[in-house]
Amino acid sequence: MKYAYYPGCSAESSASAYDATSQMVAAALGLELEEIKDWNCCGATEYFSIDSLPAYALVARNLALAGRQGTSEVIAPCSACYVNLKKVDERMGDYPQLNSDVNEALAAGNLSYTPGSVRARHLLDVICNEVGCDAVSEKVVRPLAGLTLVPYYGCYIGRPEGGFDDVENPQTLDRLLKGLGATVPDYSLKSSCCGGHMTQIGTEVALGILRGLIDLAAKLGADAMVVACPMCQLNLDVYQNQLNSHFGTTYRMPIVYFTQMMALALGMEAAELKFEEGLVPAGPMLEKWQAAEASPQPRKKKSKKALPMPEPLDGGDSG
Amino acid sequence: MKIGVYTCHCGGNIAGTVDCEAVTEWAGRLDGVEVSREYKFMCSSLGQELIEEDIKEYGLDRVVVASCSPHMHEPTFRNACQRAGLNPYFLEMANIREHASWVHKDRSEATEKAMALTAASVARVRYNEPLFARLSPVNQNTLVVGGGVAGIQAALEIANAGYHVYLVEREPSIGGHMAQLDKTFPTLDCSACILTPRMFEVGNHENITMLTYSEVEEVSGYIGNFEARIRVRARCINQELCTGCGVCEEKCPAKVVDTIFEAGLGRRKAVYRPFPQAVPKFPVIDQDNCIWFQKGKCRACEKFCPTDAIDFEQDDRILEIEVGNIIVATGYDAFDARRISQYGYARYPNVFTALEFERMTNAAGPTEGNVVLRDGETQPDSIAIIHCVGSRDVRYREHCSRVCCMYSLKFAHMVHEKLPNATVYNFYIDIRTPGKDYEEFYHRLLEEGTVFIRGRAASITDATLTPEEEGKLIVTAEDTLVGRQRRIPVDMAILSTGLEPRHDSHEVARIFSISCSREGFFKERHPKLDPIATMTDGVFIAGCAQGPRDIPDTVVQGAAAAARVLSIIGKGEVEIEAAKAEVNDLTCVGCQMCIESCPYSAIEHLEERQKARVIEALCKGCGTCVAACLSKSITLYHFTDQQLVAQMRGAMDALFELVPA
Repeated sequence: MKYAYYPGCSAESSASAYDATSQMVAAALGLELEEIKDWNCCGATEYFSIDSLPAYALVARNLALAGRQGTSEVIAPCSACYVNLKKVDERMGDYPQLNSDVNEALAAGNLSYTPGSVRARHLLDVICNEVGCDAVSEKVVRPLAGLTLVPYYGCYIGRPEGGFDDVENPQTLDRLLKGLGATVPDYSLKSSCCGGHMTQIGTEVALGILRGLIDLAAKLGADAMVVACPMCQLNLDVYQNQLNSHFGTTYRMPIVYFTQMMALALGMEAAELKFEEGLVPAGPMLEKWQAAEASPQPRKKKSKKALPMPEPLDGGDSG
Repeated sequence: MKIGVYTCHCGGNIAGTVDCEAVTEWAGRLDGVEVSREYKFMCSSLGQELIEEDIKEYGLDRVVVASCSPHMHEPTFRNACQRAGLNPYFLEMANIREHASWVHKDRSEATEKAMALTAASVARVRYNEPLFARLSPVNQNTLVVGGGVAGIQAALEIANAGYHVYLVEREPSIGGHMAQLDKTFPTLDCSACILTPRMFEVGNHENITMLTYSEVEEVSGYIGNFEARIRVRARCINQELCTGCGVCEEKCPAKVVDTIFEAGLGRRKAVYRPFPQAVPKFPVIDQDNCIWFQKGKCRACEKFCPTDAIDFEQDDRILEIEVGNIIVATGYDAFDARRISQYGYARYPNVFTALEFERMTNAAGPTEGNVVLRDGETQPDSIAIIHCVGSRDVRYREHCSRVCCMYSLKFAHMVHEKLPNATVYNFYIDIRTPGKDYEEFYHRLLEEGTVFIRGRAASITDATLTPEEEGKLIVTAEDTLVGRQRRIPVDMAILSTGLEPRHDSHEVARIFSISCSREGFFKERHPKLDPIATMTDGVFIAGCAQGPRDIPDTVVQGAAAAARVLSIIGKGEVEIEAAKAEVNDLTCVGCQMCIESCPYSAIEHLEERQKARVIEALCKGCGTCVAACLSKSITLYHFTDQQLVAQMRGAMDALFELVPA
């Protein structure tokens, strides 16, 4: 299937590694991505708080452009872009007045958008639910065995309720990483907030949040935290030094995109996957992986006295 | 035609919003009305006498009572008519309470509507025809569905009165949820100790046919004359030979987690009795997990059985029985705690459900009564009990499950008793203790030192912030008494899961032709005055199938349902409603649309004549077939086209007169 591709602003700066590996992985999986011509910023979270109509129009323009290209689904790798695209499409459908106001604005650029005509998808959703984690797993040539990877979804995936994964305990990224051969612990902060732009408003609060996230990952023995959002990556990576000096900690947790890890497992060369763009070096993690590739580890045995553990509920359900 | 119209004030219920005097005066001027009166309570004996005297004095041949819903008092006024020598079907009610005074605020508009409704009934009643109820004999057998404490109580009451009972239970043993519990609140009686004598009594009662591992598949018929088809599932045990010695269970190599009786906390064999005091004593072979049934080898049980009682060839049996009354007491399901993912059940090993904890504290349970963590060894130093899991939550179940506060208190007490040094936290919204000696039990727990935190728990997490939290589960909540967020580190969390309708309650309701609330609890005939009967005569409900309740209330309702059944058996015959449908043979084309439309399976197809025929005894007079019939061949007595058109015309004419264009 052909998808419109909406890279988002960060793809051109801080998250160019995400952009590049997203396209590499998509190509390897046979997903046809066609970048939206002349796309613009989604307005992030701020614009909606400042002036909502232009904010809606800004996002709707991208949907309109995607529709004009003849695609009915648009893939965004960035969680914030994804949520904005989805939100604007839904709200325009729910509120006729908003719909006509936005379309009036779009008309100035000879564009129009019918709510519901272009479906916003997160790249993670398309890979796990359209391609399928099993199909991805079958394509793995160099399993990520020996690596403990913590899946960190951030707060946008699954929110608001009714998205493609559970709000409190999402599973897609867990399944994907397991399919790549990694050890994936149950990371209970997986859908907590990374602080977003709190780093600019209340650094103390943001650093506390980030410390909690990295601390739990480190306790679980993570070799890296795997993210699906440029904002999460930026906060966890860029502020790691600062929080170390603030709290007197010594974390060196690589923050990598799931597409980078997929590309590795699919056999692409690490050198081409822009790991060096992260401020915390991913080198030690990659070396550990290469060393572990030869020697698989034995599994621990359970005590005989242990009581049975309930089976998890398939699919999750939060209301 | 001489019509009498009686407008009821219902105290202030009607008169508070409707000008009853105006309605009375206006109705008096309607065509054919001989006398029009108002009275404070028409349903009182004085009110009824008023009607009776007027019938005699004025020679009334039709009566209209403008009052409440016919569900309430139609029988009352029909009887009054009958006593005065008037056919009861010459009565018509205008519902000016539920349809006017209770649903409107504006006095003049409510009064106009009451007038129109009254006029409609006056216009209709002149076309009412005399009808005669039929008597039908009552079969003295009773079907009780569900072998929990509600069903046990009902079955014993009826059997002890000398009548036969078929008690059907889905599981291999009777006992229900109560058999799983350790202690009962607030008296702390051992649940099994008080229940098992009743179970044995059922098992040995000469008037009770106990059908366990069985399900009712189909019910037809009507009050006094039901037929039920029951599937008795194959136990693969010859009950004539089995002594219940338990060797098969001991030798069986297939072990599975027991998600029913042990609530997932323990294991059982593929051939098993759910618990040692099971009634009947015979085990069952669980074919889904039996190695012989799955892989075609093993038969260890057969080899070791000293009486050759294992019978792999056994098939399900279908039993057809005839009964006069049915009591549905199918119980509840515990809320599935996995649905609230922020509480981490099935994620963090040391989060347990209430039923798991019941089994844990039970001396006969998987841990022999020891309170331990999921590793089976470590005793917890601190335990959080989270109230209202799935209850009082619009995202899951809006209702209060009524028993969770009390069993949570009981859990706290059990922990204090077994682990005196452990700290127990109760996270609650409100403490609800409405029952005899319940509040006293709460006070006792306050003195025992349980920590009560008023605040619905927000989450349970293993993400720690401080060294003290390390290795613990952190319960987060807003403490609404202190007014701040709290994080309480504990070793174990117990989720006080609510009670919800059985997952298949809608399907079960269909089988018994009863209805469910939106949630799935069975609907009673009247929430206040008849919480035992259903809208289907002869089918009664008892226990948690109707709504969450504790053991005493369940026992009361089981006994009450039995009393209702006994009164029907005692009377010996039942009156069958006369408002029935009838098929006109001359115009019926035998298309069978009516048969498909009938919710009570009350229409049969006469093959040889290619005609439909209404089985009078089954027909409830709902009228669905009348609407479905393509050739207009069905008449519903007491709801004929003529009567309904007159009723509508009466209302319309009144509105034309009353409401200015």
